[in-house]
This record gives sequence, structure tokens and C-alpha cells, in this order.
Amino acid sequence: MKAFRVTAILFLVVVSATCLLADFVAPASYAQQFRDVPNADCSSQHLLGTDDLGRDRFSRLLYGTRVSLLLAPAAALLSSLLAALIGGSAGFVGGWLESCVMAATDLFLSLPWLFLLISVRALLPLNVAPFTSVVITFGMLGLLGWAGAARVICADARTLCGSDVVLLARASGSSGFRLLWRHVLPNLKPILYAQFWISIPVFILAEANLGILGLGVAEPLPSWGSLLRELESFSAFNAHPRQFVPLILLITTVSCFHLALQKEEL
Amino acid sequence: MRKLVKHAGRMVIVLLLGGFLGATLVRIAPGYGVDEEELDSRLSQESLQALRQSQVHDRNLASFYLRYWAQLLHGNFGFSVALHEPVRQLLAERFPETLKSIGMGLAIGWMFGLGLATTAVMARSSVIDVGASLLATILLCIPAAVLALLFVIAQAPGRLVIGLVVFPKIFHYARNLLVRSVALPHVLTARAKGLGGLRVFVWHVLPVAAPQLFALAGVSVCIAFAAAIPVEVLCDLPGIGQLAWKAALSRDLELLVNLTMIVTLITLLANSAAELVAQPMRAGEV
Repeated sequence: MKAFRVTAILFLVVVSATCLLADFVAPASYAQQFRDVPNADCSSQHLLGTDDLGRDRFSRLLYGTRVSLLLAPAAALLSSLLAALIGGSAGFVGGWLESCVMAATDLFLSLPWLFLLISVRALLPLNVAPFTSVVITFGMLGLLGWAGAARVICADARTLCGSDVVLLARASGSSGFRLLWRHVLPNLKPILYAQFWISIPVFILAEANLGILGLGVAEPLPSWGSLLRELESFSAFNAHPRQFVPLILLITTVSCFHLALQKEEL
Repeated sequence: MRKLVKHAGRMVIVLLLGGFLGATLVRIAPGYGVDEEELDSRLSQESLQALRQSQVHDRNLASFYLRYWAQLLHGNFGFSVALHEPVRQLLAERFPETLKSIGMGLAIGWMFGLGLATTAVMARSSVIDVGASLLATILLCIPAAVLALLFVIAQAPGRLVIGLVVFPKIFHYARNLLVRSVALPHVLTARAKGLGGLRVFVWHVLPVAAPQLFALAGVSVCIAFAAAIPVEVLCDLPGIGQLAWKAALSRDLELLVNLTMIVTLITLLANSAAELVAQPMRAGEV
């Protein structure tokens, strides 16, 4: 199992490093069109061929992976911080604040994830610039994904408040913000790390779902969601296995996250 | 009875909060209060002014909330600007389709998820365990929309996708739960005394795991509803998932917010029902 875990982490490191170096590794820009060769087959110039608009698929895959792999952790960080702030404060203060936070998490957890995402996405302008759409999509995932983690952190903070460590700190005269900052939050770190890592594959999949539905990252900027959208034009008559490359990479990456996470979850 | 009242009260508070948030979302949307007719270049300044005046009563936030709630309490869910139909009628037309998809999806997900988890744990077969875990992990890594697309390509019934989305979550949770339950001392004693596998499972393992499985049943309704959107959109099933997507694309917020509220109500009901059944089991009252 350890070997699988190490392989998964290595794979994630290699994929992330390659995507970070996309500017140097990719043979073309993600938006550059080779108008003479639309829908071209794989060749030495275009490793995965070109799409309907003559854009190099390999380059788009590299840039798309970079968008998804860099911004999903950013969204996970945002949601984990929100969860720490909301859940940690609620568990620490208790009483009416905890009840309000629990009611809010109940509401967020009862709302089917995609309904909430498309409702909020519909509020935003549809003709936004590609970069803004990336920020909006992942920002939204981060802002809406805190509820589950906040619940766990709130329960943990409540348990921690009754622990010997906190009782001793209270007896030593520590209280209020100092107690929260110095004694409660540091002890919540392991659960926060776990929530952060668990959120990444969830956000990657959520962006892919949004992208396929046309509510994710705007063209021409690629992401896994927009790349997978090409499968809609797949037909048995002009089947090209290369169209499945983004899907295989997505499945492998998310599987690697799950494999790497197994120790954390246990 | 007290628990029932407590659950109902909690649900009403959550719904009120949801309604308030929903109304706020509609109110702050960039296109709120702008009539499409304003784009008509033939209209004079006076006509435009008259059109804007007609929206004035809703520009007041307090009156907006009052009108929104009065409408909801009278069962009026508003009018869909994009589909030119009352929201209530749209829901009545499309809800049965979604219920059918979700019902089938939940049945498949639970049948395979719980079935494989039970077989893997009770048969103590590593082949079944590893095989089923691998399948569940792979399915967990594929977005619901991609599964739906693959089913469209393979010309398979799209409704099955909801089952495949629900299955891995049920399997993983049920498997871990059953593994823990099987390791409990009273189960080991029962086995040591020579009780058969089926008897051990029904009399000793299942009662321990049942409360959490009921809680999972409530959560699985929420998962199935979320999966219904991409499935109905990509497989062209005319349910409320497809309706929500159309509403999002055409920015029909009144339809979208009411739709989200109704789905929330259903998932809350499912969660509360599951919790009400599970609670006495946990307390050993049943």
C-alpha cells in the first residue's frame, strides 16, 4: 500500500511540475490556432493532434491541467480557512453562535452541491473575461465548500475546549482570542490539513462537472471541464482515442489524490 | 413526538433562512428589475420611464421580501421568464421524471453498494473486497457529467448514471461501517459460538450498523439530486435537473431559486426522516 501511495505522490508531483512549466514544455499557446490543420491527427508537431479550431490539444491539456491543479488547491485553502474560522469560532464560543452555525451548515449540506453552484454561477455575468471566469469558478467553489469541514472542525473544537490542555490554559489565565489562537487552533491543524486535502479532488470534479455543463471556465482558457466538453462531439464514426486523454489524466490524478489521502483519512 | 416537533421546527428555521437567502440572491442579481422590453428601441423615453416605474414597488427591499414570502405562502412560485410558464406548472410537469430517475438511481446504488459491501465483509474474500473497492474508487474519480456523456456515447440508459454516482459513496461508507461492526466483541463471540454467517449478519451486525446506514440514506438523496443535473442535461431527460440548468443559462433566477428551495426541502425531509428513524435505534429504543 505504501508503494502505491509513494507512486501516487510521485505522479502528482510530476504532473504538477510539468504543468507549472507549461510555458516552456507546451509547443504552442493554448489559444493559438493552426487554421490549416483543424482536427489533425497525432504527429510530431501536434502530439495529441488539434481540435476543431486547430488548437494544439497537447498544449491545451497542459494549460488546462495547470488551471485545474493550481486553482483547486487554492479553492480548498479558501474553504479550509473559512471552515477553521467559522467552525473553530462556533465550537469555541458555543451557545447561540454554535446553533446558528450548525443551522447554516445544515442548510448548505442539504442543498445539492451542483444546484447551489449553478444558482450562484447564474447570478454572475456570463460574458466575463476568461481569467475572471477561472477566479469566479474556483472562488465560488471555495466560498461554498466550507460547510462540511466547518461541522467537523466545530465538533473537534468543542471537544478540545473540554480537554485538559485548554482547561490548564484557562487556569493559567489565558482566555478569549489568545486561548483560541494559541491553544485551540494549533490543535485543530491535523483535521484542517485532512479537510484541505480531501477538498482538492472534490473541487477538481466539481469544476469538471460545471465545465461540461458550460458553466465553468470560459473559452479560450482551457480547464479539465472545458477539455472534457469535447467528448460531446465524439461519435463512433470519427472516433479518436486521443479525445479520451484528458479524461484518463483526470481520473488518474483524482485517483492519485485518493491514494495519497488514504493515510490521512485513517 | 417531541423529537418530531423539534425536527419540524429546525426544518422550518432552515427553510426560512434558505428562503431569505434565495430572495436576497434574486434581489442582488445584476439583471433584477430590468425588463426585456426596455431593449425595444421603438419605445419612447416616457414609455421606458413608465416601465421602470412599474418595477418601483419591488425596488424597496422590505416590500420585496414581503411580496416574495406572501407569494410562497400562497403556493405561487412565480413565473419563469425564460420558459414563459408558471414555475408551479413547470415543476408539476418535470418532477415525476426526476423522481423516477432518482428512485431508480438510489435503488441501483444501494443494491450494489450495500450488496457488495456486505458480501466483501461477510465472505471475508479479499478478491471481492479489492475488486469492489477498485470499482468504487474509479467511479468516485469520474465526474457525473463524464459518466453521463459516456452513457450517451454507448447509447445506454442515462438513469443508470445516478446509480453509479451513488454506488461508490454507499459502498465505501457501508464497507467501513460493516468492518467496524464485524470486529465488535459480541459479533466475535457469536462467530466463536458457531453461528452461521447470515444469522450473525442479521442479528448481530446489522442492528449495530443500521442507524448510520439510515443516516446515509438521507445523505444519498442529496447526492442523487446533485447527480440529476448533469445526467438530465446530457442524456436529455426532461426533469428538474435539466430545468435548473436551463434556468441557470438563461439567468431565470426566480425559477432557479424556487427550484433550489424545493430540492432543499426534499433533501431536508429525507435527512430528517432518516434521523428520526435512526435516533431511537441508537438509543436502543427499538
